[in-house]
Parts: sequence; structure tokens; C-alpha cells
Amino acid sequence: MDSIIGKPIDRKDGPLKVTGKAMYAAEWNIPNLAYGITIQSTITKGHINNIDTSAAEKLKGVLGVMTYKNAMQLHTLSGSDPSSGKFAEKDLLPFQSERIFYNGQHIAVVIAETFEVAEHAASLIKVTYNEEKPVFDINQPEAKIYQPQQGLGGTQVQVKRGDAEQGMSNASTKIEQTYNTPVYHHNPMEPHATSAVWNGDTLTVYDATQSVFGNKNAISTMLGIAPDKVRLISPFIGGGFGSKGFMWANSILAPMAAKFINRPVKIVLERTGQMFTCAGRRSFTIQKINLGTDNGGKLTSVKHETTSETSFVDEFVEPAGVATKMIYATPNLDITQNIVRLNKGTPCPTRAPGEAVGTYAFEVAMDELAEKLNIDPVQLRLINYAEKNPDDGHRFSSKNLKECYEKGAQSIGWSNRNIKPGSTKEGNFLVGYGMATATYPANRSKATVRLKLYQEGNAVAACCTQDIGTGTYTVMAQVMSDALGLPIDKVEFKLGDTIYPQGPNSGGSQTMATTGPAVRAAALTVKSKVIKLAVADKKSPLYNQTEDAISVDEGKLFVTSDNLKGETYSQILTRAKMPLVETEITTNVSTRETQKSESNPTTKQGGEQGGQGQQSGGQQGGSKDESKDNPFVKQDQDLDRSNVAFHSFGAQFVKVLVDPLTCMIKVDKVVSIMDVGQILNEKTAKSQIMGGAIFGIGMALMEGSVYDENTGRIVTRDLADYLVPVHADMPTFDVQFTNVKDEFISPVGARGAGEIGITGITAAIANAIYNATGKRVRDLPITPDKLIV
Amino acid sequence: MKLFTYKQADGVDEAIKAASTKTISKFIGGGTNLVDLMRENIEQPDTVIDVTHLPLTDVEELEDGSIKIGSLVRNSHLAANKIIREKFPVLSQAILNGASGQLRNMATTGGNIMQRTRCYYFYDETACCNKRNPGSGCDAIDGYNRIHAILGTSFTCIATHPSDMCVAMAMLGAKIIVEGKNGEREIAFTDFHKLPGDTPNIETVLQQGELITSVVIPPQDFTKNSLYRKVRDRASYAFALVSVAAALEVENGSIKNVRIALGGVAHKPWRAFKAENYLMNKEVTEENFMLAAEEELKDAKGFEHNSFKIGLAKRTMVSVLKELV
Ligand SMILES: Cc1cc2nc3c(=O)[nH]c(=O)nc-3n(C[C@H](O)[C@H](O)[C@H](O)COP(=O)(O)OP(=O)(O)OC[C@H]3O[C@@H](n4cnc5c(N)ncnc54)[C@H](O)[C@@H]3O)c2cc1C
Ligand code: SF4
Repeated sequence: MDSIIGKPIDRKDGPLKVTGKAMYAAEWNIPNLAYGITIQSTITKGHINNIDTSAAEKLKGVLGVMTYKNAMQLHTLSGSDPSSGKFAEKDLLPFQSERIFYNGQHIAVVIAETFEVAEHAASLIKVTYNEEKPVFDINQPEAKIYQPQQGLGGTQVQVKRGDAEQGMSNASTKIEQTYNTPVYHHNPMEPHATSAVWNGDTLTVYDATQSVFGNKNAISTMLGIAPDKVRLISPFIGGGFGSKGFMWANSILAPMAAKFINRPVKIVLERTGQMFTCAGRRSFTIQKINLGTDNGGKLTSVKHETTSETSFVDEFVEPAGVATKMIYATPNLDITQNIVRLNKGTPCPTRAPGEAVGTYAFEVAMDELAEKLNIDPVQLRLINYAEKNPDDGHRFSSKNLKECYEKGAQSIGWSNRNIKPGSTKEGNFLVGYGMATATYPANRSKATVRLKLYQEGNAVAACCTQDIGTGTYTVMAQVMSDALGLPIDKVEFKLGDTIYPQGPNSGGSQTMATTGPAVRAAALTVKSKVIKLAVADKKSPLYNQTEDAISVDEGKLFVTSDNLKGETYSQILTRAKMPLVETEITTNVSTRETQKSESNPTTKQGGEQGGQGQQSGGQQGGSKDESKDNPFVKQDQDLDRSNVAFHSFGAQFVKVLVDPLTCMIKVDKVVSIMDVGQILNEKTAKSQIMGGAIFGIGMALMEGSVYDENTGRIVTRDLADYLVPVHADMPTFDVQFTNVKDEFISPVGARGAGEIGITGITAAIANAIYNATGKRVRDLPITPDKLIV
Repeated sequence: MKLFTYKQADGVDEAIKAASTKTISKFIGGGTNLVDLMRENIEQPDTVIDVTHLPLTDVEELEDGSIKIGSLVRNSHLAANKIIREKFPVLSQAILNGASGQLRNMATTGGNIMQRTRCYYFYDETACCNKRNPGSGCDAIDGYNRIHAILGTSFTCIATHPSDMCVAMAMLGAKIIVEGKNGEREIAFTDFHKLPGDTPNIETVLQQGELITSVVIPPQDFTKNSLYRKVRDRASYAFALVSVAAALEVENGSIKNVRIALGGVAHKPWRAFKAENYLMNKEVTEENFMLAAEEELKDAKGFEHNSFKIGLAKRTMVSVLKELV
């Protein structure tokens, strides 16, 4: 039996995607569909004085123009948890007033028979405003900076340990530096899009979202209708990178517009402009870091102060210090978070919110410290290695970071690194090496899975979670195939539809780590049911065997010690005249520090972890939840996790080449060694880490949004001006995994392998550029102009 | 986008006639620039005249050794053309450094010459822009001007001409052949695009109704030793911060022939006549290259975000000349 776990099999949905059969939110062929185009404010703060829609309304083919004057009333949704529904801007429900909080805010939807007519009609709408003086730059005197209580999901953003001031004054070596990261836009390939269809009082929404269940809840609450009147469908998502984690206005405007004209309506955000104002972004950060060490390089104190922006209509914190509290051992720590309200749209999670920009600044600071101490950067990390989680003293579920450093150094050729910066050439180019630590929390939450094994010998499992391009369809099928002993082409995993039982939202790299154990438990439950049938059936060759004496492979159940004795699932079910065997299973384990005590059975008595069907949420009821007293669920949930910290780690090593005259930078090689637990599919996992490295190249070398200093309007408003890496920028990638099964996270043993790829990489590139040139740029992106001065 | 009339021209005369009316008309080649601008309501022609069916799609060698390039030769064809690759490798390099494969497959020689600036504010209907709306002001001068010009700017406009191909053409001393209702005329490449002055809305010397029919590159041997280098924020598919096209002929350690043109620095492809003059008959040294570059950029003027271009232009000139030695 050669396990399918870890095999680099191709995506099951690959053929659908390359043949155009995978349906994205804007692609459903809906009869009688009308097209909505949204219009945005061109001022940054004030009120709409009037919107003159008369010329547009007269145009042939226009079906209606929806504005604050005629839009239906919405209900406030104040929740902040994306898994149960988070509207991105809680104090700016669309079209409820004439107030303008930022440039590019939606103010009208033009609905027409065709896209072209809608676009032309949109250009005929005349808006007049009463402008007020906006605050869009942190340097304006009106900009008020304050300290937020907490971050998303209750994350601690103000963290103190020991006495940071005292620790700093005891230090023999110190550095203090400030690092700046610009605003980033997610720019997924698929723009935000929603199609809405009313049928009487029930609503079907085709949406592009990382939280299918969350958006369903948010839409029903905002419209003021019962949740079971809304079905949300989102089987394929063309990337989100966080921008589709919260719900944005398009998801509610489409149902409103469809009601308004009494016809199905589709709204797709335009790439130019709209995707840069109404779909979230990452805040800029200003990060001040102080590090102090003793003579041997051991950290005696760490201070990390971050300032980021939010809007006037919601609070989102970019918590850059979040990894700093656990990445290295230090007795004294002071993490501070400031935030400023500006007349801009609300930021939201973006590709490892906090960690991506935080590990950039912190790991560059470590490089600066290593140089000052005259210690090799890898050595400095080893000196400060945290065997236990410095934040709470708990053991790590599994940490093999030393191995990552070792393998990374070897694979990049770290011994070729000249410690004297700016002094080594390869041909005409300056060459430099850099490294950094990667880390990201290993999140897991609650999932319910329904699984059916059919008489024909195939199985289908369903869970309302997402495949945001990461490979959920494929990897969950591998877990099913492994647990059921069925070939991969006999199993199917369904997702992205609220008729299925509720699964996790796709944020914080938790989809696989959360859904996997539930899929496994459901599969094992069904397998056990069939085995029980067989061993009780006199006609079965397995009659009277004990359950654990039986194995399954390729759909055949057999006595482990005598594989000639056995029969197939099909044979057993056919004889029993059962068309199928099914189950519904919930697993509920939280690995997040802030939620651990609430859901884990070991820290709270038994509790509701069984699920008992009360949260299956699906409209079609289906089978009853069978989690209670289920041995596979118990095995997972009864594990004592109260003193365990869950984090993934990795090491990023980079080689760069820099043209000494033009200062153009080429990332030549990236080595990412990742410790993310058991690998379920080497190919999809590698792709995730490679994708993270590409994001890192973007952050290091070219990405960044610019706002006009005089108006607050976005300047870099399309993909010609907002640069992301292209093929010609690609280095050689070398991605490796420690592939050590994590016995604490779940019986599947896999932690998420997503966002960790983008952590550390930007710092590793920046450190390599310094090593190549001797120039330390602390202001991203590192473009040629900054190296010339 | 405004509603417009589409006309397909089958002959040069027909195209010129269609364009010689009072209403606003535009020729359309590959459409890679014009359609973008129409979608953003920046260009609002009443009539769009499709010229892609005109018989102007050949690259031919004339009797005197000149190369004549039809205005409808697609950028990718021109870059791949054998004669061009042999005689003027710099032109091929410049084209391949521009845009992307898909865009080059569509883009035409005439359209590339006539493409408009990438100034952010020019593209944003809500911004003030003297080029788009004469007299309205220029949001770039006090705004974000990282990609803007450092040479030949005016108080009304600091935009650049974004083409790569045109930089090589200007360096090679090409001529543009245009045809209008009064017949044909020939314009030196370096005289074709204008500096902004007080009328940034008038970008070239082309008259309404005139069609670019071809570009002619005169014969010259030394331009075989030529090079195009483009400095940009990513390795492909980005406009130049600064680019340099140069050709060099050295005899006994001194410069016998030199041609240099710069891109990304001005409202037109910038032929570096001052640097060329400085270098003629000088010894081939890095120092002389730098002095020549300084001569050329003596009058350069930087703005808040683009002053780096002055140093970058000099360094790129030196880097290219060094490589040509
Ligand atoms: C994303 C993007 C990136 C790009 N990057 C680069 C780059 O890096 N470097 C670069 O050089 N370019 C770049 N370009 C620009 C590209 O080169 C031009 O869009 C292209 O060359 C225009 O050619 P076209 O035939 O498509 O012109 P069209 O869009 O058809 O026309 C452009 C203009 O030329 C006029 N015109 C066309 N033909 C004639 C003629 N025969 N006579 C008179 N007038 C005519 C039209 O009326 C119109 O005003 C980029 C474009 C895009 C969209
Ligand atoms: S630089 Fe020229 S094109 Fe740009 S805004 Fe100013 S006037 Fe317009």
C-alpha cells in the first residue's frame, strides 16, 4: 500500500479550469441577467449634493439607476468574525446616506440590458458634491493616532513582557531602526464579482468569496431576511489573498439591484480604479524596532512599534508585531500598535496580515544586528532560538527550524557569502546572499463534513468551505482516498455551496488543517460502518473478523494477515441492499491562543464539540451529526492541547544579482525550507510556497500603491502602474519540506502551508541586496532609484 | 465610452479622405493604446478609421540600401525581421523590451510612434491635465511624478513619450513618411514629436488627416554595433524609467562614430546630440563617457519624485557605451 498522502498529484479541478468549465462568480449563465456597473465618488470627503441620473435613465436599454435616494434599507451587521460574516465597512452600509468617506466609494449602480449600455450610461451620470477637507495622510496635523485594543479575532496587539526599557539599558549592543512598507493591493486574477437571483423571497447569490458561509450570513442579516432564504454558491475563486475574506459592497449591491429591477443582476468590479478602492488593501506600516543583546548576541530586549492606517468606517489593524512575540527567545519585550483613521477605504487582511510586513522589518533588523555584532546571521538566529514558545512558555506542537536553517544554508551555498557587503562580483554583477526566518501560526477551527459511500464503490464528501486556488478539492480527495482505501478517481470532494454543512472560511491558512481532520473522521466512520456490516454477515469472507484486523486498499476490504480473504465495498453494500452508507461529522479544535480555551474539550468540559447537528446549517438537513462518542472524533478532540503552541516555521535563503551601474536587481535564487507538518500533496504545497516567494519578490522590489498628495485619490490605479512580478522576474526556486507529521495538530498531522511562504522572504531579499551593494534601503520597495543615491 | 462610427479603409487615399472631415476622427492600428483611452473617456473620436487593411505591411530594402518599414508592420514582425536583426539589432532589442508579446503582436509601427503618454493624471478623467484639457492645469507637477520627464519640460506639462521603439529609431536617424490630402512629406524622426511648450496637447507635427505610411532608416554600417538598455522596476512589461539606445564605432582607441538617444526622459525620444558631439574623436575612456553624459544632462531638471532619473540616465549611458567598446 503506497500511501496517497504527500503524492504530488495534479489538481482534480485542473482540466475544468483550463477548459473554461470551472464557473466563477461572473460566469454563470443566468437567464434574463442584467448588468450592473458601479460608479464611485471622485471626492475624498463630504456629501453628495445631487446625483442627476436623468440622461442615463433615458438611454435605451437602461433598466434603472440605484443610489442612496432609492435603495432599500439595510440592517447593520456588526460582527467582526469572517467565518460567521464580516462586512468590511460596518459603518458604511452602501447607499444608505449621501456621506462620502473616501475617494472611490460606491455611490450608484447603473443597471442595463448589456454591459456596453451600462458603461455608456454610467458616463452620463452627473454628480455634484459638498466637499469637506479630508485627512488622507498620516502627516496631516488633523490625523489622529491612537492605540487599538485588539486586532482581528481578538489578537493581542499591545504585548509587554518583562521590562523592555531595563533590558535595553542592560544591553551591550543595540540597534534602532525604522522601516516603512507601502500600501499593497491584493490584485487577485478574478475581480470581485457577484450575481444575484431572486425567486420569490429566496435569494441565490453567486459570489467570489473566501467565506461562503460568512457571506451568506452577512447578506441575510443586512437584507433582514432569514438565513435559510439565502443560498450562496462559490465553487471556484480566482484568488483572493485576503481581499475576499471580508464581504465588500458588491456582494450586497447585486441582491439589492436585483430586487430593485426585479431581475437577476451581475456586478463585476472593474480592474481599473474599482479594484483599487472598493476591495480592500494592506495598510502602510511604519515600524520602529529596537534590539538589544549581550556580548554573545543573546537578545536582552526587543521593542517593535507599528503604526498603520484604518478608515473612518471600520477599524482594521495591520499587526506587524504579531510574530515578534514568539519568533525568538527574549526576556523583555514591548510590542506597541498605533493606528490612524484616514479618509480611505478600509484595509483588510492581505497575504499574511501582520506577519508579511512584520517579518520583513524584524528580520532586516536582525540582519543589521548580526552585522553590528559581527556574527553570521544564521548563527545569530541559532543563539536566540526559542525551544519553547516565548509568549506563554508552552511547548511547540512540532518545531524543526534548526533543520531548515541547515538545509537552506547548504542549498543556497551560504558559505559563498562574503561578510563584507558590496565586495563580490559575478561577471558584471554584484552578488549578495541573504536569509531570514519564516513563521506563521498553525490555525485550526471547526468543520462539519457529510460523507456518502455509494454501492457503486465511489464516495462523495461535502463541506461548505472554499478552494481559493490552493488545492482544497485535490488535497481533501487525497485524505478521503487514504482513509477509505479508495482510488483517487473514486472519491470526490464538494465545497463552496451553503447547501453543504458548514466548514471554515479560508483565512489564516486554516482550510486544510481544519477540514482535513473532519474529512478523515467522516471517512473512517463510514469505513467502520461497512466493516461492521461485513463482519456480521455470514455470507462475507470477512465474517467474524475483528474490525481492526481488516485493511482496505483500492476499494477492497481484506484481512490484513491474509489479503486473499476479502471483498469490495460494492459487494458488501450490494448484498446488504444498501444504496449508500453515510455520515456527518464535526470536528472542533481551536489552536488559536485567543480561542483555545473556548472550544477545546480539555480546557472546558466535554462541551458542544460533538456538534449534535445544531450547526449543520445546510438547508437540506441531510444526515444527523454522528460526532458524539465517535472514536475518531474523540481520538482527535480528547488530545490535551492546553500547553501546546501551534506554529509553522521555515528558513528563506536568497541570492541576488545587482547591476552596479543601472542598479537593476535580479533575484537569482530562492531557497525556502518549510516546516509545516505532514505534506499532503507535494505539488500543491510547493506551489503555495513558491507563490509566497513571488509575493515576497513583489514586496521587496516593485509593489506599492501611491495616493495623490493633494487629493487623496489613488494614482496607481491599474495593473500597468501597480507592478507585480512577471515571468522574467522569476528566480530559480528550491522549495523543500521537513515533512514531519505534527502529532498535536490533528490525526492528519498537517499544518497549513499557505501564508508562511510570504513571511521572511522579503527580508531575505532585502538582506541579500544589502550584502550585494552595501546599501541598506529601509523603505520598500527597493527600486533602482533608491540604490543610486 | 462614447458611441462612435467605425470605418474600414481599404486604400491609403480612402483612409486620408475619411480622416479629412470636420468631426474628430482617429486611425486605429492595433488599438492597444487607442481603445484603452476610449474606454477611459480620454479619447472621444466620432469616427474610428481602421487602417489595418492597408497594404503597408512590408519591410523592404530600397536601392540605396535604406530600409523602408510600412506603418502597419506589427511590432513583433519588425523585431523578428531578418534584415532588421542583422543591420539594426538595436531596433529589434528596443521593440522586444517594450510591452508584452500579446501587445507587440497587435501594435503597429505607426501606432507605436503615435502612442500617448502614460502620465497617471492624463489617464484619470477626474485629474487636471493640460494635455487632455488645455488650460486646466497639470496635476503631475505638484503630484506624483516619478515617471515624468527631466529634459525639455515646460510649465504646462512634464509628461514623457513612452515608446522604446522610437528611441532606437531616433538614434538610427530614421525618417517618417506621411501622406495627407496635399500629398506626401518626409519628416526627420527627431523633428516628428514636439516638446510640450505651451501646447502639450499638440504632440507631433502630423496634421489632422495625415497618415503615417512608412518609416525609412538610412543605410549605415556602424550601427551594427549597437545596443538598447532599459532600466525599469521589473524585468519585463514595464515602461522605462530611463532607456538608452547607442551605436559606437572606435578606431585606434578613439571614437570615429557615435549615436545616442534616451527614452523615458522627455516628451519625445531624446537624441543626445550634445553627448555625441562631445565624444567625436575623443579617446575611449569611461571618464569621457561620463563627461559626455554630464554634458547631455546639464540642463536636466528633476521634480519631487524623479530627480533620480538624472543620475540614472548618466549611468545608463556609460553602461551602454562601455559595453559597445
Ligand atoms: C500594458 C501596456 C504596456 C506597454 N508597455 C510598453 C513598453 O514597455 N514600451 C513601449 O514602447 N510601449 C508599451 N506599450 C505601448 C504599446 O507599444 C502601444 O500601445 C502600441 O505600440 C500602439 O500601437 P497600436 O498599433 O496598437 O496603436 P493604436 O492604439 O491603434 O493607435 C495609437 C495612436 O496612433 C494613431 N495611429 C495608428 N496608426 C497610425 C498611422 N498609420 N498614422 C497616424 N496615426 C496612427 C491612432 O490614431 C492612435 O492615436 C504598452 C501598452 C500597454 C497597454
Ligand atoms: S504632465 Fe502633462 S500629461 Fe501629465 S498631467 Fe501634466 S499636463 Fe497632463
